[in-house]
Amino acid sequence: MAQISVLIVGMAAIGFILWWFFGHHATQATVAQVTDQEQSVDILVNGGYSPEKVVLKQGVPATLNFTRQDASSCLDHVVFPDFGINQALPRGQKVAIKIDTDQAGDYTWACGMDMFHGKLVITK
Amino acid sequence: MSITKRFIIALIFSLPMLIQMVLMPWGVMLPGGHFTQLGLTTVVMLVAARPFLQSAWASFKKHHSNMDTLVAIGTVTAYSYSIYAMITGQAVFFESAALVVTFVLLGQVFEERMRRNASNAVEKLMNLQAKDAEVIRDGQTVVIPLAQVVAGDVIRVKPGQKIAVDGTIIEGTSTIDEAMVTGESMPAVKKVGDKVIGATMNQTGTFLFRADKVGNDTMLAQIVALVKKAQTSHAPIQNLTDKVSDIFVPVVLIISILTFMVWFSLLGASLGVSLIFAVSVLVIACPCALGLATPTALMVGTGRSAKLGVLIKNGDVLEAVNDVKTVVFDKTGTITVGQPVVTDIVGDQTATLKIAAALEASSEHPLATAIIKRAEADQVQSTAQLADFKAIEGKGVTATLDQATAFVGNDKLLADATISATLKAEMRRLQNEAKTVVLVGMNQQVIGLIAIQDTPKATSQAAIQALKERGLKTVMLTGDNQLVAQAIAKQVGIDQVIADVLPSDKAAHVQALQKNGKVAFVGDGINDAPALTAADVGIAMGSGTDIAIDAGGIVLVKNDLRDVVTALELSQKTFDRIKLNLFWAFVYNVLGIPVAAGLFYTLGITLSPELAGLAMAFSSLSVVTSSLLLNRTRLKSQQRTVAA
Repeated sequence: MAQISVLIVGMAAIGFILWWFFGHHATQATVAQVTDQEQSVDILVNGGYSPEKVVLKQGVPATLNFTRQDASSCLDHVVFPDFGINQALPRGQKVAIKIDTDQAGDYTWACGMDMFHGKLVITK
Repeated sequence: MSITKRFIIALIFSLPMLIQMVLMPWGVMLPGGHFTQLGLTTVVMLVAARPFLQSAWASFKKHHSNMDTLVAIGTVTAYSYSIYAMITGQAVFFESAALVVTFVLLGQVFEERMRRNASNAVEKLMNLQAKDAEVIRDGQTVVIPLAQVVAGDVIRVKPGQKIAVDGTIIEGTSTIDEAMVTGESMPAVKKVGDKVIGATMNQTGTFLFRADKVGNDTMLAQIVALVKKAQTSHAPIQNLTDKVSDIFVPVVLIISILTFMVWFSLLGASLGVSLIFAVSVLVIACPCALGLATPTALMVGTGRSAKLGVLIKNGDVLEAVNDVKTVVFDKTGTITVGQPVVTDIVGDQTATLKIAAALEASSEHPLATAIIKRAEADQVQSTAQLADFKAIEGKGVTATLDQATAFVGNDKLLADATISATLKAEMRRLQNEAKTVVLVGMNQQVIGLIAIQDTPKATSQAAIQALKERGLKTVMLTGDNQLVAQAIAKQVGIDQVIADVLPSDKAAHVQALQKNGKVAFVGDGINDAPALTAADVGIAMGSGTDIAIDAGGIVLVKNDLRDVVTALELSQKTFDRIKLNLFWAFVYNVLGIPVAAGLFYTLGITLSPELAGLAMAFSSLSVVTSSLLLNRTRLKSQQRTVAA
């Protein structure tokens, strides 16, 4: 009997994992507020990035403020491959990263181990 | 709390259990039995493992998973089951939970250190900068911080001081050690008019120079920017791991559940045994090793090459270099010095040079410059009076020199002048060597010949030889005529010559060569930019134009063609290392997971959770160590430089 119930619970757990991690879940996108010819977005680093998608306006100096709450060493750096940025994020500190918004396009950022990803869109 | 602190706490509290495990066969038990184990493990879980749980939960809520997810689920399962087992009087395995946490943290402590090592190339470069500079302002010498130096400032540099910024010497001479920026091991002699590079070391003399480039415009700042970009760039091979790491953790979770189900429901193992296998699977799978494989190797490889004066711009280039079959060179300025020099003087050396120098003194033609340079080098000076200076269209120049008519020009002058048979034969010989021959004469009689040619750099031949030894085909692509191109190709040993190429056609020729495999193009001029872009690997000479440097994927700071060999070799080594790392990371998981799942149970091969934890810590460590070893791999091209 126990064997049968373990099988059933196990299958259910597998089904849940598939749905939870691979199912389609909406991600939040944040559009930067432009003030006085500057734009900035606060990004919380805790089990990933919130928001995971940031939209910036082209040509306006931009700052992304990362604050890491997560203790995981996976997330202790943030890397923007297209901008040559590899910035350490000390836990609990707000780290400002300047983004060059001259070129419109889609860019990505990731954690130091390339496990967590974020998306940066620079629009015209 | 730092990882190190967490590790120490985990170690202290799990050590008694480790000792008990080892001494168990001799009947040594911890006083207090299960309760002591529960107490110790609870401390480890609450203090050292809590951040794992928090991180795992935070990412779970966002539909993400990471390595912490695996560690958290594994240890919590072992811990909670042991409490249940203790209550129901079955075998417990608290020590598994505690030791897995300890070993994983041990791995992370080392990994953190090594990752710092791998990325410190940029910091080292930045630290090369001078801290301050002695600037002359309003006639006064003041020492100001580097950041306050502006372009146009006149800066004094004493022996043993670092040069603050890039500039041009306006007074004095010295020898300067530029190894830190260019990788060139021989100190360079610099005099008035020569360029100096910021962050290099002045050795012997005191001099003044005018700052041309400061702040982010200096060579060092640009190198740092390039290296930073390269180190964070993606190699295409990484796309594979990106895809794997997205699904890795959930897949491992599923395998772990399946393991449990098979052992418990199908094979009828006890709850405890089945759980052990499931937990081992969770713990051994390490996505970190996969994630670290490429970036750490890229960091170390690009950092090391920067120190050698080879700037590799990104991971794509590194990967492309691996399949290069043909190396195409531009001629002027790349294989050759780029400035014509006097190679032969036939006839009365001094007299010939004296007349030529006197007549060409006011000309800015490259050939004239070559003659004047040679005259300066040989310390030949003309004191004669020059009068009636006249240019003969398309032929040369004449002037009255000490009451005689002197002339300098090309062989069209022979229409009006006579030449001896010996000189005529010499002229033919030199012309066949693709040299430009200048006739020098007095009173309608040719008295001497000066041969001028843009000669290959001293190192070009060795570089091309080394490339051939690596099995690469070498090609010269030039706008110059066939005769000149052939002569240079022969001197340096190039396989194939494509001459008379219009600048606009260079890219097309590169594309044609690409039909036989990947092509690297080495060039320096504005006209090379399209070819640099069209080639699979564009290698720009550091002396070249900014446009060429932008177009190239690799920049050679020293202008030494032997660095092409270094660049290819180091890129290949780095890429091989990435492949090796990925191989190991995959092998760890591909082999580790089945063993941990108990697939080889019948052969007597199993993996307890604590051993799995150790293996996992070791896998990330071995990948980072392997990347760091790139700093020490022997390079053939560098040994040759030392020997020479």
